[in-house]
Amino acid sequence: MRITHHPILEFQRGRKVRFTFDGREMEGYEGEPIAAALHAAGVRVLRHSPKLNRPRGFFCAIGNCSSCLMKVDGVPNVRVCVERLREGMQVQTQVGKGDLLESV
Amino acid sequence: MISLRAYDAIVIGGGPAGLPAAIELASCGAKVAMIDREDRLGGQLTKQTHMFFGSQSQRAGTRGVDIAGILAKEALEKGVEVYLGATVLGYYDDRVIAVEKDERFIKMKATAYVVATGASEKMLAFPNNDLPGVYGAGAIQTLMNVHGVMPGKRALMVGAGNIGLIISYQLVQAGVEVAAIVEAAPRIGGYWVHASKVRRLGIPVLTSHTVTQVHGTDAVERVTVARVDDSWSPVPGTERDFDVDVVGLAVGLSPLTELLWQAGCAMRFVPALGGHVPVRNENLETSVDGLFVAGDVAGVEEASSAMLEGRLAGLAAALKLGRGSVTGVMKAMEEARLELESLRAGPVGDKIRKGLEALAREAMAS
Ligand SMILES: Cc1cc2nc3c(=O)[nH]c(=O)nc-3n(C[C@H](O)[C@H](O)[C@H](O)COP(=O)(O)OP(=O)(O)OC[C@H]3O[C@@H](n4cnc5c(N)ncnc54)[C@H](O)[C@@H]3O)c2cc1C
Ligand code: FES
Repeated sequence: MRITHHPILEFQRGRKVRFTFDGREMEGYEGEPIAAALHAAGVRVLRHSPKLNRPRGFFCAIGNCSSCLMKVDGVPNVRVCVERLREGMQVQTQVGKGDLLESV
Repeated sequence: MISLRAYDAIVIGGGPAGLPAAIELASCGAKVAMIDREDRLGGQLTKQTHMFFGSQSQRAGTRGVDIAGILAKEALEKGVEVYLGATVLGYYDDRVIAVEKDERFIKMKATAYVVATGASEKMLAFPNNDLPGVYGAGAIQTLMNVHGVMPGKRALMVGAGNIGLIISYQLVQAGVEVAAIVEAAPRIGGYWVHASKVRRLGIPVLTSHTVTQVHGTDAVERVTVARVDDSWSPVPGTERDFDVDVVGLAVGLSPLTELLWQAGCAMRFVPALGGHVPVRNENLETSVDGLFVAGDVAGVEEASSAMLEGRLAGLAAALKLGRGSVTGVMKAMEEARLELESLRAGPVGDKIRKGLEALAREAMAS
């Protein structure tokens, strides 16, 4: 959910853009982290861990911990907590370690 | 041909420690680059909506986010070359660093370095601590205060130090309910001003309590807390549950020292400073000649001390480079050292003082 009223802060958001999450149409603001747009839309599971297939979300939100890796426009292992949202991005839940060669 | 960008000094990290370092260096006439992996300068300050306290020279009464803006403007005016969205990945023997920006590598080199990379959050061990919804407190702050998104509807905060207290307050400001704050120690660790703010909001602070488990299938749905005994072990039969969708961890920070290890700085483990920290002299120069440190990377403390350390390290680096007037720089260094000392003088500075003493002892011993 977005914060609409805040006693101190005013949020400067970019223009609204559309992107897809696992094929589903979604909306977010240009330039915000992909994870923020997903979170605002209620999506918390970003990937499944390679060994035990456990759901993972983000943890640090500053690109430190690698908890938030997803497949973006076909490229796996993108840290969506720092990767900025652009019009038309295709964002996918990542399962396992991701295959880099698949994307080149 | 391999291109190499050369500077007199490079400051790594543009938070409250890095900014004053770059400002001092540029003021002395050095050619300075400042690198930060974020898209804006200010480090942790950009998330801090509360007013700072302390001495007026440390900008008490100004909100952290505004201090960031003031310092960033000054750095740009002084001619500091700023690289944003740029991550320093490696430090090599010949004083070259590798920087990643826009999926390309840039190589840079400097005669002096100030490393001011800050700290990262500590994790806590309990079943299901990897479920979505268990967030570092800093992540909650980033999500809410920078991006304007609520982390959830109802939260439980772990840790009643300043960070846990402040972020609980900020959660309520953002419209999120805070079920409770749990703290394993028998008393609240944060400042009284912050504690009374959350008390006024009616948020219960459960001291001598810890999280024992988080429940949920795809994300956090419930959390169990229990009382702890003197040795911080949970007491059976004292468990209670809270229905929450967010668990915030504010259980301390540890210095982000990867680059210092790569550079071969002598390091020591000092728990009171947050973990492994670099050995350094009174001017914050490490065991690697011309490599200075400032702020949380040198020992987890506060923005006010980070700003002073940044000044001191920047001045000392300028002196090393032979920039600025020697007497002027030495006088300013002395002032910064004295201010740091008085900042750490009271009971609040107790832990830091002990930590710094322990570091000095450890460094002597080997
Ligand atoms: C909730 C909260 C409330 C606080 N309240 C107060 C308060 O009231 N008063 C007070 O004095 N202090 C307060 N503090 C503490 C204060 O914010 C920190 O001590 C201070 O920010 C440390 O400054 P720093 O410059 O060392 O690190 P940071 O502010 O963390 O800055 C480090 C910078 O380095 C960058 N960086 C790291 N690694 C790299 C790399 N490899 N390449 C490029 N860039 C990199 C980061 O992006 C970051 O911008 C608070 C902290 C928190 C979390
Ligand atoms: S949440 Fe830690 S890297 Fe993205």
